[in-house]
Amino acid sequence: MSDIRTDQQTILRIDDLGVSFSTDAGAVRAVDGVTLSVRRGEVLAIVGESGSGKTVTAKTILGLLPETAVSEGAVILTSRDGASENNVIALSRQRLRQVRGTDVSMVFQEPSTALNPVYTVGWQIMEGIRAHGTVSRADARKKAIEILGRVGIPDPEVRVNYYPHQFSGGQKQRVVIAMALVLEPGLIVADEPTTALDVTVQAEILDLLRRCRDEFGTAIVLITHNMGVVADLADRVAVMYQGKVVEEADAQTLFSSPQDPYTQKLLAAVPYVGQGVVRAAERAEARSPEWAAQTPVVVADNLRIQYPGRLGRPGFVAVDGVSFSIRPGEVLGLVGESGSGKTTIGRAIAGLTRVTDGSLTVLGHEMNGFKERRFKHLRSDIGFVFQDPASSFNPLLTIADCVAEPLVVHGRAANPRAARARVDELLEAVQLPRAFGDRFPHELSGGQRQRASLARALALEPALLIADEPTSALDVSVQARVLELFAELQREFGFAALFISHDLAVVDILADRIAVLYHGRLVEEGTGAQVLGSPRDPYTQRLLASLPVPDPAAQAKRRDELRRLRAAG
Amino acid sequence: MTRIDSPPRRPSRLARLPIIHQLHQSVGLQRGMLVAGLVITALFVLTAILAPLVAPYGYSQLRGPDGVFGAQQPPGGAHLFGTTVGGYDVLSRVLWGAQTALFVIVVAVLLSIFAGVFLGLVSGYFGGWLDRVLVVVCDAVYAFPSLLLAIVMSIVISGGKSDLVGGVMAAAISITVVFIPQYFRVIRAETVRIKSEAYVESARVLGSGNIRIMVRHVLRNATRTLPLIFTLNSSEAILTLAGLGFLGFGIEPTAASEWGYDLNKAISDVSSGIWWTSLFPGLAIVLVVMGITLVGESLNDLADPRLRGRRAVGANAGLVAETSVVPGGTLTAGPGGLGGLESGPLHTNDGEATS
Repeated sequence: MSDIRTDQQTILRIDDLGVSFSTDAGAVRAVDGVTLSVRRGEVLAIVGESGSGKTVTAKTILGLLPETAVSEGAVILTSRDGASENNVIALSRQRLRQVRGTDVSMVFQEPSTALNPVYTVGWQIMEGIRAHGTVSRADARKKAIEILGRVGIPDPEVRVNYYPHQFSGGQKQRVVIAMALVLEPGLIVADEPTTALDVTVQAEILDLLRRCRDEFGTAIVLITHNMGVVADLADRVAVMYQGKVVEEADAQTLFSSPQDPYTQKLLAAVPYVGQGVVRAAERAEARSPEWAAQTPVVVADNLRIQYPGRLGRPGFVAVDGVSFSIRPGEVLGLVGESGSGKTTIGRAIAGLTRVTDGSLTVLGHEMNGFKERRFKHLRSDIGFVFQDPASSFNPLLTIADCVAEPLVVHGRAANPRAARARVDELLEAVQLPRAFGDRFPHELSGGQRQRASLARALALEPALLIADEPTSALDVSVQARVLELFAELQREFGFAALFISHDLAVVDILADRIAVLYHGRLVEEGTGAQVLGSPRDPYTQRLLASLPVPDPAAQAKRRDELRRLRAAG
Repeated sequence: MTRIDSPPRRPSRLARLPIIHQLHQSVGLQRGMLVAGLVITALFVLTAILAPLVAPYGYSQLRGPDGVFGAQQPPGGAHLFGTTVGGYDVLSRVLWGAQTALFVIVVAVLLSIFAGVFLGLVSGYFGGWLDRVLVVVCDAVYAFPSLLLAIVMSIVISGGKSDLVGGVMAAAISITVVFIPQYFRVIRAETVRIKSEAYVESARVLGSGNIRIMVRHVLRNATRTLPLIFTLNSSEAILTLAGLGFLGFGIEPTAASEWGYDLNKAISDVSSGIWWTSLFPGLAIVLVVMGITLVGESLNDLADPRLRGRRAVGANAGLVAETSVVPGGTLTAGPGGLGGLESGPLHTNDGEATS
């Protein structure tokens, strides 16, 4: 661990912090002997997998731990002017309230829940100002308008009277940051500030946080699991694993020469754009010339899907005039931000959402005018992997029962017990021990559950697999293994796949061809080399430039490129 | 309810059963409430089953070997609780009354639970016009005063007065009508939530039929809150039965013993200083309702992790503070299961002392 600097430059010093929680299953220690320090105007990133204790550490800094937690050690927080020094852990509730906002403040993960929907954003910012000292309404309002302008909200004089729902997700996060900045604290704790945002918006928010540091001189403790974000913003990085800090170094050193084996593994697991180009080219070459002439598994022709609106209002068009096709054994990667219609397309292919207009042919069956009874016999040829492995299994059935379900439904086995031999084979195919079949879903980790989910989808050896963000709920290291497994299974079983993701780098690893969706329209389609190597559409270019890479030097270059693109567009 | 009586010998399977699982989970005051409720309820059920053995006389017995009991005899001697104005033995009437009450609960809850769960499942799963109609009908039933409905039902079924089966059925069916909407609403709300869960969608993608999805995936996950409503409704059923009896729509004393009827007949005694005819049936009603409500309310609190969590902390905080100063605390503390169980009574004491 680094030595503890106690000079004037240190704004936060965490000394041998330990936090334990009382749970239904007894005491659980979340943070164990963490020692860290943050200097003025410095960005310290704390990275780690879920459950590594990074969020608990951050919450301790603000004294926001729930009553079930017991903490020891010291968290020494210095005020911006250096006049006062407080140990947050030992503070009374009243003193803690004074420290929050003035000395340290927080930016939350989900901006839409961090803002109260029934008050205007101006009121909420003013509330923070007036909670600390007597300020007149007019002065507080003036201050709120000023801070909104400084975080990049256009027309702050007007927008100050807007309600949260009138802002977009990125703007809401700007407002949350404005609330954090308004009392000019010396330190901001940002807990996954960009995780809930799209990549292009994420880049803007990261820019804003960088300005917080440069213009306001605020130190930032950045909690994130995204190594790209770390490379983009952090000056120094602390890697946490199982409640301990395993490595602490400045960003350049950490990315160029990680010392701890865990850090090395973590960095190696991060996907980057360009990884899959070689593999995709190999696969393309291996295909016979007649392959291109084969009947595609899925053909979408001018596909249009509209969700019905409320009475008297027009419906929402989720997918608008999209055409593509998936040939046998081919993996099509579908990339887009939230609301681009990528999930809707996946659901339409599986017959979960109705097609409004145009034509969608799945395994030779026209989905426009869909009838469950006529489609049912084709369902055994379609596998579906859902985004959230936690909710895609019936919590009351064992894994073996869940995996056997498709076999029973389609009459390949009389009951789950008769299907057990095949289930064991499938579990082995996805690298799960046979004994896991007798466990219940909640007894498996996220990655294991997603592998079981793959086993269920492959039980009937489908010709087509739809994977809707199968790895976005998983940690980076687990994601890498699931992706590897997916590629292996695809080689082995040879199914065609629609792989839906918001992450370009993930899609790049697996896909033969990549399709980019934007606002329900297909803006670009081609092989990985074409789309990611030399994107033609301005949106694809922006998307690609917004994706932070886990390398501080390269990321700095990309940042300039993005700025140029934004200025041009 | 009878499964409470069996001791938890094999925690692996038994501990997963409702009520026993909650008993393991609870600490402090909550555990005290739950245990008290369970004891009272178990006593009630045992009394009802063993009434023929425990009661000194029959419910409609007017004379013993020594001749007629006599009306309004004070407690003592051959009649521990005295006799009523009609000349019945109060103790025997109270004990036999438990049987009638249990009978009504079982019939009423069985009838309403099946109808309510079925309607709720179908309505929530398929939605559409059927759902809308059923919701409106259930809301309309809510608007009825349940006692009024019960009176109407008892008149329709038995002309107001009747024998054991008729009287019990009248009470049970009227209670059923009121309770079906409750089960319907809970199951429907759960079904609507579960319907959009990924595992139901995944079953649909697999091509499972609607009935299979409803039975295998939705129903089993939707019934988690049933023990809770079940207990709360049981106590309400007893009150409705007693209310009916009190108003004179109950069961004839020759057909069965009923607490509400006895209370009704005891009204005039109260002013003339004869307290035993009203006190004991009244006490029986209060005790049973309280016992079952205690169980229900405890289950309710324990089902909510936030309510449960907060109370568990107060009792558990010392333990965690101790482990957190020991290096490698979690390893020595172990998963709380057995240790938490054994220190249960200790926590109860703590909880009472601090509250």
